[in-house]
Formats: sequence, structure tokens, C-alpha cells
Amino acid sequence: MSTLTLSPNIPGADDFYAELLAAHEGLTNAESDALNARLVLVLANHIGDRAVLSEALQAAMLKEEETA
Amino acid sequence: MNQMSDKKIFEVPLYAYERSPDQDAEAPVRHKAVVIGAGPIGLGAAIDLAQQGVEVVVLDDNDKVSFGSRAVCYAKRSLEILDRLGCGREMVEKGVKWNLGKVFFDERKVYEFNLLPETGHDFPAFINLQQYYLEQYLVDRVREMQDAGARIEIRGLNKVLRVADKGDHVDLLVDTPDGEYPVQAEWLIACDGAMSPTRSMMGLDFVGRVFEDNFLIADVVMEADFPTERWFWFDPPFNRGQSALLHKQPDGVWRIDLQLGWDIDKDEEKKPENVIPRLKAMLGEDVKFELEWVSIYTFQCRRMEKFRHNRVIFAGDAAHQVSPFGARGANSGLQDTDNLAWKLKLVMEGTAPESLLDSYDAERIHGADENILNSSRSTDFITPKSEMSRILRDAVLDLSEHYEFARPLVNSGRLSMPCTYDGSPLNTPDALPGGPSRSRPGSPCADAPLGEVYLLPRLGGRFTLLTIGAEAPESLSVDGLEVDRLAVEATPDIRARYLGEAESAVYLIRPDQHVAARWPSYDAGAVEAALNRAIGKE
Repeated sequence: MSTLTLSPNIPGADDFYAELLAAHEGLTNAESDALNARLVLVLANHIGDRAVLSEALQAAMLKEEETA
Repeated sequence: MNQMSDKKIFEVPLYAYERSPDQDAEAPVRHKAVVIGAGPIGLGAAIDLAQQGVEVVVLDDNDKVSFGSRAVCYAKRSLEILDRLGCGREMVEKGVKWNLGKVFFDERKVYEFNLLPETGHDFPAFINLQQYYLEQYLVDRVREMQDAGARIEIRGLNKVLRVADKGDHVDLLVDTPDGEYPVQAEWLIACDGAMSPTRSMMGLDFVGRVFEDNFLIADVVMEADFPTERWFWFDPPFNRGQSALLHKQPDGVWRIDLQLGWDIDKDEEKKPENVIPRLKAMLGEDVKFELEWVSIYTFQCRRMEKFRHNRVIFAGDAAHQVSPFGARGANSGLQDTDNLAWKLKLVMEGTAPESLLDSYDAERIHGADENILNSSRSTDFITPKSEMSRILRDAVLDLSEHYEFARPLVNSGRLSMPCTYDGSPLNTPDALPGGPSRSRPGSPCADAPLGEVYLLPRLGGRFTLLTIGAEAPESLSVDGLEVDRLAVEATPDIRARYLGEAESAVYLIRPDQHVAARWPSYDAGAVEAALNRAIGKE
């Protein structure tokens, strides 16, 4: 069974972060929220693994005990 | 400390005004090189040229090293460059070495990092040191060279009023306490800082991005128990909605940087009665401290379109400016002069074509853009410019407390790394199969132990053929350019840094310790072609 990766895994992390900020540039808060929601769904589909997605939800809620 | 408390080094005129024979000359005296500005970059440029036998005069409108500590954090590459200039050891002896950093968010420490410097280097990853010490060591080095007969001169209280490029030389008009005098330079190097009067006199652009923020910078002297670490706070209780930085320097001096925001009254904020409560809130009511230096700064990230304007060449902050996050100001300026001095020497003596100087533009603009990109990103993280940007930033910080993956995304400054000149016209395409990427053409050479000594002091100042398990002539000469061989053994460090998968290697190393070309074995024709390419004879 695969588990959620919580160690650094993005090569060129600064480039990614800059691209993420750039995607939001000039958007209203509502547009940004919508962009984030679409991004979550796109990434979730890419992951595809239900167990990993559940772990990711727990991690995002900062409930690390349950994912440990 | 006793003599320091009487008079600090930046209160003593280290290069007091003296009347020069140039001021009584019938016709303007022409010098090989004139440097404007006796800061770290100007003095670095002058020492580098003088070490290569070039006659040089430094003009400065002041007569003392800079007041206040300004640049604080010096990276290993800068120490290696300063070692070649003759003052790296003093820097390390006096400086504070640090490896540990802590990041705080709100009231919590979210994580700490260790720079874990690679072993097998002569110099530490970083030291902290007040800029006035560096300037003092550089002035001492100038005096030492003068005593040994080098033609290098610093003229204090010599303010340049006019600069005119005349094609084959530059005319200058200089003001002194004894009045004005004209002087000429075959080549002029402008290292006169971010506000560069030379740049203004020549009507040159300096465009970029303004960051709408103010920072209070203070150096305080205190006896405190804070460890030798870099502490960075996002949104701390003592500076809500803003950031803060604490860093240790020698002599019990601490650098404090407090973000203040955009709409403030700078003159009010700078007053001790306003500064001291802010510092007490940060340090604790009971900590006794004394203010050594306070300033409020804003910054821009910008650069000149070109650094070379025929006979006038810009270096350091005069050519490019970054935010202070990442220690990329003085560190990048020293890389400028490291890049420029040997090229200028070869052009002056006619060994290389004048077009070699255009590679200074190509390579150092590449370096400046890298620094501007990194420092802009740090600033965007520290000062989110939109609501969503702040939400993402805070999400990264919250996650970083719990999960390792988010830590590389936290950006409180990406500390200065030496620039690799990928794509430089001086590089010969990589011809060492399996060679480590870190030593590809364009890279600065990584240091390594050679028994009791180190590799880097054996390189630099001239072209060198570094051979590892390969035959080559002990020296060669191509059109008047001398190259000496340095043969080293394949120790584990040398293997990791220079061989990789290869069994043997021959590296052509430039005078600034950057790799020009590399092969598995010596080939006279290939080396000659690479050498010609490396001096702009392409």
C-alpha cells in the first residue's frame, strides 16, 4: 500500500512556488479560491489512491498523529 | 575593546586626504586604471589589478571606512576570493561562524535548519562580520602592497565631479579640499554604490522593481545569551504582521532587522525613543543593550542594462541592486571584480581582444539576474503582496512545523551561492564523460584538501591546467599567455568533486578559479583552442 509522501519531493521548489503565486496574480479572492479548488481536484485525480488522499486530507488538517 | 570604545574604526580617517602630484601637473596625468569608490568592491578591484601589476588609483569622496556595519554575511566564495586578494584569513579569524538557523511563526518555532557545510573546504560556508572590518583589512592590504612597491593608491576626499568617455580613455574632473583637478584613466571602474553618481553623470538607466516596504536595521551591542544562530520570525508577537531577523556579529554586536511596512514616518521611526521600545519588545525588558547603528531602508531589485560602457565598467551595487535577504549584495560584488580584473589585465597588455570585456557583461548579468530572481522571491515570501499570497505563505509555514516537505518552500532568504556561468561564450563544451555536474565548464572550482594544504590557493591569478591521473606538459605558452600545470592525486574529495565516473581528467581553470574546459586527457590542440576561447579570441 502506498503512503503519502511528506518528505521534500519537488525539484526546484522555489520555481514551483513562484509559478503557483504567478497563477494567482491579478485574481480576486473568489477567483483565487476557485483556482485552488480546481487545483486540489486536478491533483487529487492525479494521485488517484483513495488511501493516500485520505492521508493528505488529514495532513492538511494538521492532524499528524493520525497520519504518523 | 578599550580602544574600540574610545574611537571606532569607522571614525578614524584611514585614507586621509593628501595632495597628489597630479594636482600640480601641467597636463592631466593618465593612469592605467582608476576605481571610483573605496568600499569592499572598489578596493577588491584595485587590489586584484595591482596584484597583477596594473597601476591603479582609487578615488573616494570620503576618508574613512563605512559607518555602521551594512553588509554582514560573507559566503565561502567571497572568502575564497578575499583569500586570493590577501585578506581571507583575517576575515575568518575575526568573523562569527554559524550553521544553525531557526524559523519562528507567530509564537512558535516551526523548524530549524543546519547548513551542514560540506567537509574538505578551507573556508566555512558563511561568516558574519561588520563591513567596516572588511574595509579595514582591505585598506591594510593596500598599505602592505604599497610597502612592497605595488603601484596602488587610495585618494581620500577626492570626489569625482565629471566623467567623460573619450573612446580610448576617460576624462575625470575631481574635487578635493584643495580644489578641482583633471585626471585621466585608460579604464574606469565605477564601484560607487547603489546611488552611483557615475551612473547618473553618464545618464544611464537603472530600472527594476520597487518593493513597497521599509525595514528598520539596527546593530546593538549587548551581553546576551542568544546562541550563534540565524533567527527569523514571520509575524511575531513583538512585530505583528511583519518579519524580524536576529544575527550575531563579532564584538558582542547583533544585527536586528525589523520589517515596518510601507506607510510609516521614517524620521520618527529612526528616533531612539521609538527604536528602543521596539527592540525591548523583541529582546526582553531586562536585556541591556546599546545602539551602535540604526537606519531605515527600502529596497529595489534592479540592474543596469549593460555593465560595460566602453571604457567605463560598473561593478557591485552601482551595477545591480538586490534586497538584503540572501546576502547577495557584497557577495555578488566581489564576484564581479573577481570576474573583471583578469580580463582587464589581459586586454590592457594586448594578450586578449577588447571584446573579452563583453563576457564580463554576459557572465555577471547572468549572475545579477540570478541574484535578483532569488532575492525577489524571498521578498515576496516575507512580504506577501496579495491576500492569496499571504494565505499560501502561512499555509507553508503551518505545514513546515509538522511536515518536512514544506520546509524547502519556506523562504526567508536563499543564501548566496557562487554563480555558475552556464552558456558563457568563454566556455568550451563539456568533454569529460561522467564528470561531476558541479565542475562543468562555467563552474567555480570547489575546494578540496591536498594533504596539509588546500586546492584553491594553488589556483587562480593565472590560467592553470589541473590534471588528475593524466599526463600534460608542466607549462605551456600560447601567444604569450602562460599556463602552468597543477597535478593532483585522486583523493576521495578530488574524485567526488572533479572526476565523478571518469578515470582521469584535465581541467583548464581561469584566473578567477572558474572552469573553462575539461577533458579526460591532455590534447595540445584542444587546450589551445579552449584557451583562445576563454580569452575571447573566438
